[in-house]
Amino acid sequence: MKFGVIRFPGSCDEVDAVLACEHVPNASAQLLWHGDPDLHGVDAIVVPGGFSYGDYLRAGAIARFSPVMESVIAFARAGGLVLGICNGFQVLCEAGLLPGALLPNVGRRFICRQVQLEVVHSTMPFTADTAAGELLSIPVKHTTGRYYAPPEQLDSLEAHDQILLRYASGANPNGSSNDIAGVRNAEGNVFGLMPHPEHAVDPLTGSTDGLKIFSAMAHAHG
Amino acid sequence: MPTVDQAIALGLTAAEFELIRAQLAPREPNEVELAVFSLMWSEHCAYKHSKKLLRALPTEGPRLALGPGENAGAVTVGDGWVVAFKVESHNHPSAVEPFQGAATGVGGILRDIFAIGARPIAVLDSLRFGEPDSPRTQYLLDHAVGGIGHYGNSIGVPTIGGEVYFEGPYEQNCLVNAMALGLARADALIRSAATGVGNALVLFGASTGRDGIGGASVLASAELGEADADKRPTVQVGDPFAEKKVMECSLELLERGLLVALQDLGAAGLSSSSAEMASKGEVGLDIDVSLVPLREAGMAAWEIMVSESQERMLCVCEPSRLDEVLAVCEKWEVGGTAIGTVTDTRALRVFVGDELVGDMPVPALVDDCPLYDLTPQAPSEPLYAPPVRTLEHDVSDPGITLLALLASPNIASRLPLFQQYDSIVQSRTVRRPEQADAAVLALPGGGAIAISIDGNGRRVACDPYTGTVEAVLECTANLACAGAEPLGLTNCLNFGNPEKPHIAWQLTESIRGLADACRALDVPVVGGNVSLYNESGGGPIYPTPVVGMVGELPDAARAGRSGFARAGDAVGLAGPFRPRLPGSELAKLRGEPLPTELDAIDIAALRAAQEAIRDAVRAGDLASAHDVAEGGFLVAVAESCLAGGLGATLDLGPRDDLEPALFGESPGAGFVVSGSAEALARLGERIDVDVVGTVGGDALDVTSGAVLISASIDELRAAHAALAPLFP
Amino acid sequence: MTVHARVLVRPKAGILDPQGVAVERALPALGFEGVANVHVGRLIELDIEDPSQLQAMCEKLLANPLVEDYEILEAQEQRPDADG
Repeated sequence: MKFGVIRFPGSCDEVDAVLACEHVPNASAQLLWHGDPDLHGVDAIVVPGGFSYGDYLRAGAIARFSPVMESVIAFARAGGLVLGICNGFQVLCEAGLLPGALLPNVGRRFICRQVQLEVVHSTMPFTADTAAGELLSIPVKHTTGRYYAPPEQLDSLEAHDQILLRYASGANPNGSSNDIAGVRNAEGNVFGLMPHPEHAVDPLTGSTDGLKIFSAMAHAHG
Repeated sequence: MPTVDQAIALGLTAAEFELIRAQLAPREPNEVELAVFSLMWSEHCAYKHSKKLLRALPTEGPRLALGPGENAGAVTVGDGWVVAFKVESHNHPSAVEPFQGAATGVGGILRDIFAIGARPIAVLDSLRFGEPDSPRTQYLLDHAVGGIGHYGNSIGVPTIGGEVYFEGPYEQNCLVNAMALGLARADALIRSAATGVGNALVLFGASTGRDGIGGASVLASAELGEADADKRPTVQVGDPFAEKKVMECSLELLERGLLVALQDLGAAGLSSSSAEMASKGEVGLDIDVSLVPLREAGMAAWEIMVSESQERMLCVCEPSRLDEVLAVCEKWEVGGTAIGTVTDTRALRVFVGDELVGDMPVPALVDDCPLYDLTPQAPSEPLYAPPVRTLEHDVSDPGITLLALLASPNIASRLPLFQQYDSIVQSRTVRRPEQADAAVLALPGGGAIAISIDGNGRRVACDPYTGTVEAVLECTANLACAGAEPLGLTNCLNFGNPEKPHIAWQLTESIRGLADACRALDVPVVGGNVSLYNESGGGPIYPTPVVGMVGELPDAARAGRSGFARAGDAVGLAGPFRPRLPGSELAKLRGEPLPTELDAIDIAALRAAQEAIRDAVRAGDLASAHDVAEGGFLVAVAESCLAGGLGATLDLGPRDDLEPALFGESPGAGFVVSGSAEALARLGERIDVDVVGTVGGDALDVTSGAVLISASIDELRAAHAALAPLFP
Repeated sequence: MTVHARVLVRPKAGILDPQGVAVERALPALGFEGVANVHVGRLIELDIEDPSQLQAMCEKLLANPLVEDYEILEAQEQRPDADG
């Protein structure tokens, strides 16, 4: 299993994501440069956190048009596994691979803290290593993490089991609609979340709950 | 032709102007030369009022990898790795525009770290403001915190800790000191000395504009006056995205072995960076400013030379590697441009195309600024008014006093600030803010470093010598609680106008204390920064030596924690703790005048106690260790309760000195520890340990004779959250 | 020949705008009463050869139509010798 982690100018958590992938048994990971459309034969893509292109126009808006993202979009349309974390989630929403948009936190400020997430659905290929209802301790760190979708789209997401993770009761840090922390696309092969599972893979630095998402992707790949 | 009046307007004295004229005689200095000299000979660049005193600091040690004089100091941490670190002030820019001032302060200190070839791995900040009920303080705090977060979060370097104090004398002169750390292979460090006649000088990073012209250097050498608003247009604006690219570009250039020397552009911009590089390499440099990429049209040569536009670096490479260097700059979109050449002239020569517009001897710029002796004089009357009283003297209920102290701005939880910073990026953070007395970062080999930054200015104001010794010992106490042994120290000396005898006395005494403490602890000073003239109409700031230290611990998994961890553990007060109320946080809340001296400190005894704590933490004997700092013993116990989410029951026995015992201070000397009874007994074989109670429950209950104190964890937490409303 | 254009981007009506709320709360504290419906958006200025592309630019990059409205404010002819 080979993960490819995108590196945009302004990515911050790309090395963390590589380390997290490498915590998965029999998995490896490599960085993919934003200007190179070649995905180098990787089996799954991680679009990492950070401030791609400075987030200067709108979080994720410019990264979405980089050469590598054209390939990632094609990879996703062909059924490839794509995980977007934080800024990566914003990029995937901007790219139209995931529904909705991320807006500034209700509190306007950057928030960095450990939060409790509730697994809504335990399902291949992203949450199969967790149990429905399980609580995961994973940190958030963002300014623009308030998930928004129009009401009819929210209903559709709920109805089609596309919401995989919610902030646990009382733990919503940013005002996200329906406490949504992570959603997948209708086909189920693209998943985005604001919390940082790559920062929850080692007991030394906090929690190992985030590793379950990377390991599930490896299991899904087989 | 510039006049003496212009020189004085640029911050020089008439005598200094004459010295510059003599350097260039028989011709007169032109505008380019005067601008460059005025910055190189500013307090900020030349340390002309502090350099002689700083020579007293110990700068040697077995773990030193890079000492004072380079962009940052560094210590070895085993397996061929070194940790680079430095603290620097950005006080005056932050007082003018707190968001950008704090942001560019972080940007500047990060450049110092990667300029020596180390990847930045952490930032800590040391902040001082007036009392938080002042609207100005609220504005400065909110925006400074925002600026720190904006820069550090965006660039992907964790902000892992720091400190903030609120005291009246900082109302008009806030302090924003930023410390950064970097990690490098020992053999990958690079110096800033330009060498190799004929080598190319390459400028890369952001384009050059008029920002900061007459900014940091001039601002940092003059007391703030009413014209502050007029200085706003020259404030530098930080661009963390640009710096991120500059950082990655710098590290890739070094990794590929393409550079001879690297230097960041900070205060005084191209002037200072080029002159320093030439001085260290004992060479000359020719610079053609017409090649410098500009953001604004029509900039004069002197403006280009002194611009403080951020996110720029200067490097030297061999001509045969120039194309490769420029290609790496292109990859990272940071616009590299060859702007000059290394020469054997020992002169900094500035050209516009073929026209020579400035020709200055490098030694004159860097080494020949006159150094001044201070005229210290101890004050015969108090320099500072007593703090404003916020707690009545006749409050005798220690439970009420405890909650008042926990809610005191200098003690309340810093999480409302720290949660605005990314403390975990780079996946090294083993102890996040308020999990331990020091931040802890894992190292590649399984070990870790602990980092703390400290400096209680009010106590230094009481007694500059002892207060500074206390600051060092407070810092080493924090490291000990994490299980770390100190390796090196950096400092930022924030003082008022040193030309005034009482300020000169504070500075002299403080440096004497710093030197004595470092010698007694065998900790070298690896670098530092001095910020003087921190005064305004309201008088001088408290003298504020900020001390940052890096320590090492062998096993990251055994890093200490400050919070109680297990119900049933014994609670002890360890160390040669001699609490005193004068100069304490409680004395401040009661509006008591500052005492004129503090108890002398037996540094050797404190060092021995701290080593015992460190060893017990490393052995895994202690479930928690927390040093008793501001607010005294009971506040420290409450903090351990809050950090662990566990209560405690203590019986102190009947005492007639209950108030000093509970709330008196004795910095660096006392530790609240928890662990098994056997573990505390083992610790007691080395140092005094008074076992006073047990961890457990959801309240802090204290008995002393007939006195009962009881507060639930929720009550403690509510009091401790007093800073949250400052960030609505 | 280029045209100087300005594009105003603002949060869609009905979507919570925390920056706008913060400004709206801050103004009375400074003594400015009677202020309502504050929204914070952004202004994008650009010189463009073919202004007919502006709408597509807005739809594709300059705004996120899901959560933002945009308005092409004005398009003034600019002399080729103007600065910039």
